[in-house]
Amino acid sequence: MMAEYPLFFAVLIPVCILFGFVTAGSMLIWAERRLLGLWQLRYGPNRVGPFGLLQVVADTLKMFFKEDWIPPFADKSVFVIAPAIIMTTVLLSFMIVPVSPDFVVFDSSVGLLVFLSLSSLGAYSVVLGGWASNNKYSLLGGLRAAAQMLGYEVFMGISLMGVVAMTGSFRLQDIVEAQRGMWNIGPQFIGFIIFYIAALAETHRSPFDLPEAESELVAGFHSEYSGLKFGMFFVGEYLGVTLMSSMMTLLFFGGWLGPVLPPVVWFFIKTTILISSFVLMRATLPRPRYDQLIVYGWRVLLPLALLNLLVTGGIVLMFQ
Amino acid sequence: MFSILKGLWIVFKHGFRKRETVLYPEERPILSPRYRGRIVLTRDPDGGERCVACYLCSAVCPVDCIVIQATEDENGRRYPKSFRINFSRCIYCGLCEEACPTTAIQLTPDFEMAEYDRKNMVYEKEDLLIAGPGKNHEYNFYKVAGLAIKGKEKGQGIEENEPVDIRSLMP
Repeated sequence: MMAEYPLFFAVLIPVCILFGFVTAGSMLIWAERRLLGLWQLRYGPNRVGPFGLLQVVADTLKMFFKEDWIPPFADKSVFVIAPAIIMTTVLLSFMIVPVSPDFVVFDSSVGLLVFLSLSSLGAYSVVLGGWASNNKYSLLGGLRAAAQMLGYEVFMGISLMGVVAMTGSFRLQDIVEAQRGMWNIGPQFIGFIIFYIAALAETHRSPFDLPEAESELVAGFHSEYSGLKFGMFFVGEYLGVTLMSSMMTLLFFGGWLGPVLPPVVWFFIKTTILISSFVLMRATLPRPRYDQLIVYGWRVLLPLALLNLLVTGGIVLMFQ
Repeated sequence: MFSILKGLWIVFKHGFRKRETVLYPEERPILSPRYRGRIVLTRDPDGGERCVACYLCSAVCPVDCIVIQATEDENGRRYPKSFRINFSRCIYCGLCEEACPTTAIQLTPDFEMAEYDRKNMVYEKEDLLIAGPGKNHEYNFYKVAGLAIKGKEKGQGIEENEPVDIRSLMP
């Protein structure tokens, strides 16, 4: 059917992917608060609509009607561009995510590399936002984000190379198809753990939310942001969580593979469980000290990722 | 590392526990009878006002929210002509209840006192006075006090001895 109407599907697929993931990302505003409530023995937002589902609408409306203030001391053009960067890079990353075997916007042979490069571009948003605010707390937040993302970006790529070595391809569909026998979570367990930690740091989610540590830096890099620009940072973070969870689903949990149910449903279920695990991390773990975080990244996780790649490479070569 | 996993497991298990939240407007909390909420003025079992307008409550009040005007009726009983509590100042500390010698002023388990207009937070005597004896069912100040009022001379109170004749020489 796709071959018969190429133009129709060329429009339909991007629209579906865009709206699907943006909706999922914004629903996280509600889902995260409900889940945190569940794990903290309270309810969370449950007043607006059934189960509080319309909380997203209420929050969005509130965000729209807030004053969108640009501080007079800020670098205006950069200040405006910064939140757009995070949205752009994250939304662009979704184009290489195959939800089912042929439901993908851009079928790239180096999809994984596209994802890695776009996710590192996201660091610019935080750094520029912190710099342009011209506020010492924002700047400190931006600096932390820069150092953290630099440190964690390195072994994030390396931790995925084990998967690539086993598959022999950067194409995400190939990587998923190679997991028909066994999901990569088995042989690449260390790689998964390292990637998971890096993904937490990359989306600067708690416990790695040092760029916006509210007890130290007001709100970190987005202290000066309000209204819709703050909303873009906010939804950008949730979209980042969704992106990282879908990448983990594809790379380690067999993507759309699963019995009985259609591929899209399996993809959705696995991604949802992984997103919930992100929230569980936030509900449980306290924030580490900044120097501990950086030292942990460079001295523990980077060597571990290299070791993982070395062993995986050795085993792959042995069975060739 | 092990403690992190243990913590994650404990938090995950909390997802299957009963939530502690009381969904307030639909579900009412059960308050103890000693809860310090809305202040009332009670009556003794006969239906008379307990308050004798001694000003102890207004003197002890740390935020000075009680204003009393004392007077006396034809039977010789003191009572407050006006009794005013400004609840926008009241901190519900309960010191007035402790100070009261006749258990007239009492704090009750009712906290729903929100108003749209601040002026409505000032409660007059008719807002404060209730029909019953409150927490202390038996106590009747004028029955046990050695004070003469109309219909009860000295020495006629409960467990009260006849007054000593100070002009006799007998011990």
